[in-house]
Amino acid sequence: MPTIKVSKKEFEKYVGKKLPIEKLKDRISYLGTDLEGIEKDEINVEIFPNRPDMLSVQGFARAFSSFIGHKKGLRRYDVKKSGEKVTIDSSLKNIRPYTVCAIVKNLKFDNERIKELVQIQEKLHITYGRNRKKVAIGIYPYEKIKPPIKFFAEDPKKIKFRPLEYNKEITGLQILSMHSAGREYGYLLEGMKKFPFFKDSENKILSMPPIINSHETGKINHKTNDVFIECSGFDFDVLKKCLNIIVCALADMGGKIYSMELDYGSKKTTTPDLTPKKMKIKRDYVNKILGLNLKENDIKKYLERMGYDYSNNTVKIPAYRADIISEIDLIEDIAIAYGYENFKEEIPEVATIAKEDRFEIFKNKISEILIGLRLLEVNTYHLVSSNINKRMNVDMKNVMLENSISDEYDSLRSWMIPSLMDVLEKNRSNEYPQNIFEIGTIFKKDLEENDRLAILLCDKDTNFTKIKQILDYLLNKLNLKYEIKDVEHDSFIKGRVGRVSVKGKDVAYIGEIHPKVLSNFGLEMPVSCLELNLSELFTFFSKN
Amino acid sequence: MDKLIESLSPLERKILPLLKNNSNLKDLIKKTSMNNVELLRALKFLENKNIIELNKKEKEIVKLDKNGLRYIKDKLPERRLLETLKKEPDFNKARKESGLDDDEFKISLGILKSKMAIEMDKNNITLTKEGEKLLNKDMLEELFLKKIKMGIPVDELKKEDKFSFQQLKKRKNIIKIEKEKDFNFELTKKGKKLVGKKLDLNLTEILTPNMLKTGNWKNNKFRRYDIETKVPKIYGGRRHFVNEAKSHIKKIWLDMGFKEMKGNLIQSSFWNFDALFVPQDHPARELQDTFFVKGNKKIDMDKFVPKVKKVHENSWKYKWDIKEAEKLVLRTHTTVLSAKTLAKLKKEDLPAKFFAVGKNFRNEAVDWSHLFELIQVEGIVVDEKANFRNLVGYLKEFFGKMGFSKVRVRPAFFPYTEPSAEVDVYHPIKKKWIELGGSGIFRPEVTRPLLGKEVVVLAWGLGLERSILDYYDIKDIRDLYKNDLKQLKEIKSWI
Repeated sequence: MPTIKVSKKEFEKYVGKKLPIEKLKDRISYLGTDLEGIEKDEINVEIFPNRPDMLSVQGFARAFSSFIGHKKGLRRYDVKKSGEKVTIDSSLKNIRPYTVCAIVKNLKFDNERIKELVQIQEKLHITYGRNRKKVAIGIYPYEKIKPPIKFFAEDPKKIKFRPLEYNKEITGLQILSMHSAGREYGYLLEGMKKFPFFKDSENKILSMPPIINSHETGKINHKTNDVFIECSGFDFDVLKKCLNIIVCALADMGGKIYSMELDYGSKKTTTPDLTPKKMKIKRDYVNKILGLNLKENDIKKYLERMGYDYSNNTVKIPAYRADIISEIDLIEDIAIAYGYENFKEEIPEVATIAKEDRFEIFKNKISEILIGLRLLEVNTYHLVSSNINKRMNVDMKNVMLENSISDEYDSLRSWMIPSLMDVLEKNRSNEYPQNIFEIGTIFKKDLEENDRLAILLCDKDTNFTKIKQILDYLLNKLNLKYEIKDVEHDSFIKGRVGRVSVKGKDVAYIGEIHPKVLSNFGLEMPVSCLELNLSELFTFFSKN
Repeated sequence: MDKLIESLSPLERKILPLLKNNSNLKDLIKKTSMNNVELLRALKFLENKNIIELNKKEKEIVKLDKNGLRYIKDKLPERRLLETLKKEPDFNKARKESGLDDDEFKISLGILKSKMAIEMDKNNITLTKEGEKLLNKDMLEELFLKKIKMGIPVDELKKEDKFSFQQLKKRKNIIKIEKEKDFNFELTKKGKKLVGKKLDLNLTEILTPNMLKTGNWKNNKFRRYDIETKVPKIYGGRRHFVNEAKSHIKKIWLDMGFKEMKGNLIQSSFWNFDALFVPQDHPARELQDTFFVKGNKKIDMDKFVPKVKKVHENSWKYKWDIKEAEKLVLRTHTTVLSAKTLAKLKKEDLPAKFFAVGKNFRNEAVDWSHLFELIQVEGIVVDEKANFRNLVGYLKEFFGKMGFSKVRVRPAFFPYTEPSAEVDVYHPIKKKWIELGGSGIFRPEVTRPLLGKEVVVLAWGLGLERSILDYYDIKDIRDLYKNDLKQLKEIKSWI
């Protein structure tokens, strides 16, 4: 989850109130942000992904100020008409079809402000913009641009400009390989014949979204007063929200918001639109969910603490909030304003009957029996190396992961004995006998899962008889009769391996591990073992 | 005193009389035919009975080194030079005749000079009076080498030995110092009294079946045992400690009237994510967070697909893709079991409470605080009348039973709950809050498609590892599954 760094001094300026440090820490935690730490003048805070509007010092301070009751209710932002136009070409249709734009004037940029602007843009890109895939944001010094502006798609070999922080003009296509941003985000344009570009009325290229701005017209510096902002992507509503978040933060900095006219050919519209959305809220529903008895006035008070306006069962939602899908989202905000720490716990008297899973009971019973035989239970991972079957001298295929972290754990185990052999290998320096067992899940080729029991006896005088004694004891205890048939299995010594069946169903392998396999695991002690399919065995018990 | 005598083992009985005239283990070994280990055990027993005082001592022993062993046979180089010089005063000739190498010759010359045994005049070396005397007398160094032939403790060296010791120590490989363990002992007051007594009481060591058969035991007196003596360790079979913890936690939920949920580790993205209102472009669904499994399988209970698709498209305004939902994952949370349980619930089953304790998977590189397989405790309460305060109530009750009396909730965010809450418990020893999981009320967007209407479902998913690490005082999370059999045998039980 994203964390932002904000200057405490700036933060307090925007909040409009200074709190003692302990109080500040406490309140930040209960606002629905996770405080990572405050060091000197720097507040480090984690913003949850549902609140992109808090990814700037302005947005964070705005929410905080309401929360502590300092500046309550809906903030009003004035939007003036600039009358300037952006035309959007239909050639963008399958490339990057939408943009929304605005102008913010009357800003003053110092180093701190530029840093803040970079942070807003970067954090929104990563989170709400899904790494620029969903939303790419461009912010430009408006003084260097001559509107009307055009958003269009063109063959990237035909367009040449100097990308940000680069020493010369190169083509759009070259940017993908020669510029660091091109290398990082180029995959977003991969396979496209035309790339999206912004240009102004003098045909100066402003940027190539979602990759990079032009160095000439796309770099904010200390002399910048007015900025042009565009967000481009695939979902008009998402873009509008993102633009709202940015212009409100810039307005909090002292800027004046100006709208622009977007000309989509068939459709014309104006952005940004900061009109609050309205949503109905039912008091009964609030109280039912929260287990409280709030009056209408309380609800109004708490909603105002979260930056909303309330009247007549209707809530006005600020245009920068991207997370309010339904009434329940308002209820959470009421709970936050009420204070999570203030909820008195209560366990209702609801009669329900406990029930442990029957298969779990069965498996526990078996573990108990084995412990009575002085066996030690181990606990291994489900992920194993697909190579382990080779070490077991068999040609078996594990279910593979699409994306494994390492060869050591690239697949799901298809049987238990290899995992326990691995345990014996790791314990070669520990004392013997090493008699171990595990009940665990294995994965079959058809992606079905089984629970299996493996028992391994490892000692200088272990043998087939000893493991068969355990099988015999266990199945007798379960009141099951079994047969053993001679089979071939390359992990075991020929003539000392059998298939165990119960009521005509194969349920287990039992045998002495082949010396070749022992040496693959570096063992200098014999191993006799069995692997029993408990899922199968349990069917004999679960029917009645 | 009689009791004490009766408790002496045969071994102790045997050596006790020897203790009067000996004071260390070494001597005792020489006097008896017994070995070191046997004797030491007997001495320890005697010490336990307060019969002797036993002191372990590490002694520095001076011994002959390889040159020392040679010189004791072939004489010291300075002796050989002295004898040569008697016959051959010429520097170069004497050097050859003596058979010494350059180093030995140089050193010997120096030593003889320092003993004022020779005088040098250019190339001519003559013996002094002192030198003549030395021809017929042992040098101190020679005496010393003879003395230490068998090795003697450094602290037993006499004054006159010290000089030779220091001199020879400087020279190459003549003497060496080795550390040797020895045990000194001394009879206590009690011990001294005991030594004079008659010890041979003809006591019986072992009760044999034969004695019982013949009734012979009636005439015998049994030797008393020292029942306080430490015994060699034995180990029983036992559960893995993580499973012990799991059972304990399961029991708490059962006590609280919850039913256990079970399910596969491989799940469709549909049930793991979509049914829980996680949008298809959510970062958790990317390769770096979640393990995807190769292969194809039909989504189970796929009658819910259209309903879930609709709620995604209405709320998030994007084109929901069945292909994304069909991708198989190793379940990233046990919450998938809760979703499936809700899907199967009937109206008459309500109110209902469910829990699960099981593995889930995250695509994480392994280090001391990260694993790719984790245990989660999952719980849901499905009850039209339930509310947020009840959620806090269940969590406090559970953690109370886990031994944490202070529990708090803080605002949090999860895609499938609203309101959502982080759960912290106060660690009474570490004196700080620790995060143990997430909780909340399932969103209507989750419950409506699965239950057919909006029902309050309280839900939580708590990580178990932190509690287990804390209980067993383990620092490195990898140690939970390292399966070191010694650790598994010795670790305390979860009580």
